[in-house]
Amino acid sequence: MVSAAHRAVEAVWRIESGRLVAQLARVTGDVGLAEELAQDALVAALEQWPSRGVPEDPGPWLMAVARHKAVDRFRRQATFRRKIAEIGREAPAWADLDGPDLDDHIGDDLLRLILTACHPAVPVEGQVALVLKTLGGLGTGEIARAFLVPEPTVAQRIVRAKRALRGVTFALPTPAETGERLAAAVKVVYLIFNEGYAATAGDDWMRPTLCQEALRLGRLLAGLVPGAAEVHGLVALMELQASRTAARTRPDGTPVLLPEQDRHRWDRLLIRRGLASLARAEEISAVGPYTLQAAIAACHARAWHPDETDWGRIAALYRVLSHVQPSPIVELNRAVAVGMADGPAAGLAIVAPLADSLDGYALFHAVRGDLLSRLGRDAEARVCFGRAAALPGNARERELFSARAGAVPDPDPAVS
Amino acid sequence: MRYLVLLKAAPAQSPPPPDLMAAIMKLGEDATRAGALLDTAGLLPSAAGATVTVHDGRLDVTDGPFAEAKEMISYAIYDVRSKEEVVEWTNRFMKVHRDLWEGWAGEATIHQVM
Repeated sequence: MVSAAHRAVEAVWRIESGRLVAQLARVTGDVGLAEELAQDALVAALEQWPSRGVPEDPGPWLMAVARHKAVDRFRRQATFRRKIAEIGREAPAWADLDGPDLDDHIGDDLLRLILTACHPAVPVEGQVALVLKTLGGLGTGEIARAFLVPEPTVAQRIVRAKRALRGVTFALPTPAETGERLAAAVKVVYLIFNEGYAATAGDDWMRPTLCQEALRLGRLLAGLVPGAAEVHGLVALMELQASRTAARTRPDGTPVLLPEQDRHRWDRLLIRRGLASLARAEEISAVGPYTLQAAIAACHARAWHPDETDWGRIAALYRVLSHVQPSPIVELNRAVAVGMADGPAAGLAIVAPLADSLDGYALFHAVRGDLLSRLGRDAEARVCFGRAAALPGNARERELFSARAGAVPDPDPAVS
Repeated sequence: MRYLVLLKAAPAQSPPPPDLMAAIMKLGEDATRAGALLDTAGLLPSAAGATVTVHDGRLDVTDGPFAEAKEMISYAIYDVRSKEEVVEWTNRFMKVHRDLWEGWAGEATIHQVM
C-alpha cells in the first residue's frame, strides 16, 4: 500500500515535474537526460521526504538534488560525458540556473519542452507518453494503465522517444515551424483527452484521469501561447465536453445520448470556463477546427433544454468546418444538424451521397434510420438500424440500435 | 477531483502587507497556469453580506456582520488529482501568509466537491 507520505511526495512531484524537466533540459540541452536527472531527484525525494518531511521549498530542493546527481554522473560516468559531448556541450550549463531571473525563463522552458516532446521525429505514441511523463509527472505504470497497454510498452515508447530526440536541439522552433509543432502539441493533448473520454464504467480509474491531465496540459499551453487561437479552441472544446461527464452515463454504466442527458448535471463551472476560452479563441480567429468544434459544443452547452438548441447555428458551423476540415463524418454531423434545423428531408439529402464512404460505419446507418423514421418511412428505417446493429462497434450502442430496429413501427409486418 | 478551499481568520487590524499580496498573486498565477486553480477571489467583510435562515418553519434574513469570531477571507476552487495535491497548494498559500505577515493567524479548510 502506498503510504500517505508517499502520496504527498507524488503530489509535490506532479506540481514540480514539468518545471524541473524543462529547466534541466535547458541546461543539459537534452530532454532525455533532463528526464533521467529529474527521476533521480524523485527517487531521492521518495527516500528522504517520508522520514524528514516535505521541504518547505520543494522545487529548489529537487533542482539542487538533480544538479548534484548530474555533477556526480558527469564525474563518474564516461557515457554521461559522451552524451553531453554529443549534444555539443562540455558540461551542463549550470550557471544558467543561477540568478534571480530563473522564473522568467520558465514559460519559455515549458513551451520548449512541450514542442520538443511533440517533435516530428518522435512517433505520436511516444509524444503522448513523453508529455504525460515529463509535464504531467505521471509514472510509466500509470500511463500504461490509462492506455490499457503493458508497462514495458510504455517504457519502450519513452526510451525510443528520448533516443529520437538525441540529436534535436532543445530550442524553440523557427517561426515557420512553430505553427506545425503547436498543431502537433494540440493534437497530442486532444488525443489524451479522448482516450480518457472514451473510458467506460468499470475501467481503471486512471483512464478517466486522462481527461483531467489533458485539461491541465491544455490550460498550461494556453497560458504559454496566449495568442494561439486553436489552443484556446482546444481548451474550450475540452472544458465543454468535460462539463457533460456526470450526465453521460447512468449508474449502471450505460451511455446517455446528448438529447436525453439531464442537463442539470452538467458542470456549470466548466461550461463557464469553456465559453470564456471560446470567446478568447474567437477574438483571434474563429475558423480553426478546434474552435469550430468548441463553438458547436457551446450551442449545446447554452441550451438548458434540448428544444432550446440553436440547430441552425450548429448546421452553419458544421458547414464551415466541412470546408476547413472536409470529412464524411463532419458531413454526417452536419446532416443531423440540418435534419433538426430544416427537417428530416433536408438532412437526408446530405446523408445520401455519404453512403459509399460511410457504409461500414454504424452511426451512418443509425443517423439515416433516424431521419427516415421521422419521415414516416419506417420499414426503410428498420433496415438501417438493423445494419447499424450488425456492424462492429461499442456493444452498448449495438443494443441501442437493435432496440430501434425493432421499435420503429412497421406498417407492413410482411417486410422484415 | 474538485476542492473548495476557504480561508478564515480573525478580522485584521491593518491591511495585508503589499509583499504578501504580490506573493498571493504570484502563487495564484502559478496554480492557474498549471491548470490546477479554476477560480479564486477575496471576500468582503461579512458586514457587506447577509444570512438567510430557516428555523421552526420561519424564513429570516439578517444583514451582516455575522456573529462568528473569524471572517471568511477568500475562496479557491482547485481541480487536482488527489487530496495531497490540494493540501500542497494550500500549504504554499498559508506559508506565504506566515512568512510575509508577522503575527497573522488563520486557517484554511479544504472541502471536496461532490
